[in-house]
Amino acid sequence: MTSRQETFAKVADQIEPFNKKQVPLTDATSFAGDLEWDSLTVMDFVAAVEDEFDILITMNMQAEIETIGQLVDTIEKLSKPA
Amino acid sequence: MTDASQTPDSVALTDVLPNPTPRDLLSKFDGLIAERQALLDTGVRDPFAIVMEEVLSPTLAIIKGRKTILLGTYNYMGMTFDPDVVAAGKYALDKFGAGTTGSRVLNGTYQGHRECEDALREFYDMESAIVFSTGYQANLGVISTLCAKGDYIILDADSHASIYDGCWLGNAEVVRFRHNSVEDLDKRLGRLPVEAGKLVVLEGVYSMLGDIAPLKEMVAVAKKHGAMILCDEAHGMGFFGEHGRGVFEEAGVADDIDFVVGTFSKSVGTVGGFCVSNHPKFEVMRLVTRPYVFTASLPPSVVATAAASIRKLMHAGDKREHLWKNSRRLHQGLRDLGYTLGTPTAQSAIIAVMMPDQAITVATWQALLERGLYVNMARPPATPAGTFLLRCSLCAEHTDEQVTEILATFAAAGRATGVIPQA
Repeated sequence: MTSRQETFAKVADQIEPFNKKQVPLTDATSFAGDLEWDSLTVMDFVAAVEDEFDILITMNMQAEIETIGQLVDTIEKLSKPA
Repeated sequence: MTDASQTPDSVALTDVLPNPTPRDLLSKFDGLIAERQALLDTGVRDPFAIVMEEVLSPTLAIIKGRKTILLGTYNYMGMTFDPDVVAAGKYALDKFGAGTTGSRVLNGTYQGHRECEDALREFYDMESAIVFSTGYQANLGVISTLCAKGDYIILDADSHASIYDGCWLGNAEVVRFRHNSVEDLDKRLGRLPVEAGKLVVLEGVYSMLGDIAPLKEMVAVAKKHGAMILCDEAHGMGFFGEHGRGVFEEAGVADDIDFVVGTFSKSVGTVGGFCVSNHPKFEVMRLVTRPYVFTASLPPSVVATAAASIRKLMHAGDKREHLWKNSRRLHQGLRDLGYTLGTPTAQSAIIAVMMPDQAITVATWQALLERGLYVNMARPPATPAGTFLLRCSLCAEHTDEQVTEILATFAAAGRATGVIPQA
């Protein structure tokens, strides 16, 4: 498993408790459109992801992230040791 | 070379442009319009279109011809009809006119604005005070100006809209922590670059549920990570702490708060906003804060009423005590009736009555109004965690008899709509 695949799997685990409709998860799955999350769900989820990866996803970054693939890429970038 | 130069002269613009009918920019609100109409079609009164036909006192108004007790005004200290405050306003109106027609930095600073800032400096025992035209603009201006590109703003998830909007107006990075969680704040601060500029934004009282922040612990964590701290005391000024300065005074952290933001539209009883600070360079904010520079200053009558009110609030111990008594009594009484409240005890002068859904919230709100009691109805997205609630805010001028009447009204209305058990 590549690092990106591992990250995707961890993100999928974090999505599970919020995936009420059991939407299948791919890179293209969107949070607002496919998962139909409201802003409060997004906030809880982001906090969970931040704690899982020990990173910060600022609200400025969140505004640019629409799909799971974009989130995984962002996490990959943020998790790389500086 | 542009495309236009290659377009043959014989082709008219109408041949290449799509249908010129403009897209209706208001259509994005169609969902909300339909939801509101569906609600009104059930026969209820619009909770967001109340008109006060007459206002008799800080606690009484005429709504649709009916005398109504006001329990949703944030008029905590009942200063709106204080004779000294009203007299100060009338005098300034006669002497200085209806408005300044100018910015604070041009022709809009009168003697009264200076006296109002003097009153604030004394009230807070701080070096500097800057008065803005509203509390919203105070947060908008101070937060957006303090934090520039590359700086970090760390805010509570339940922060007021003016704090969020202050973040959007600037270019700083914005990080949220879970409401009132000291641990969450600590973790997030720990993940930020050590050398970056950081502002932690806290509120003394959170206005939706009326809960207070654990400021002592939060301030300690923010200091540990080298952050500056701004505390919004909109709902704490007047009746928390020895001098009524706010929750930060009661928590004993006055020396560690860098900026206190507040409003004149609650305990002070008029309109306006302010920021006070001991920072030696704070006065430069007058030159660089756009919501301070590019708007007209408050009318002379308003700053005169604010200054008179602030000076009276310094010595309002009896009123404070009565306000706390009212709040504790209403909190206990509502719990005894079977209502679910936003806080386990009365933490502030706001008491939030939790409701199951929109329909029963509106029905209960209307049942209260028909029985002569006005409270605020609050719904998402203003409320945290998607909750519906009836928000009550007490006033030091509510008499013991009025609190008794308020509880009787809540009993009758709640039983009528079934939100509490029958007696």
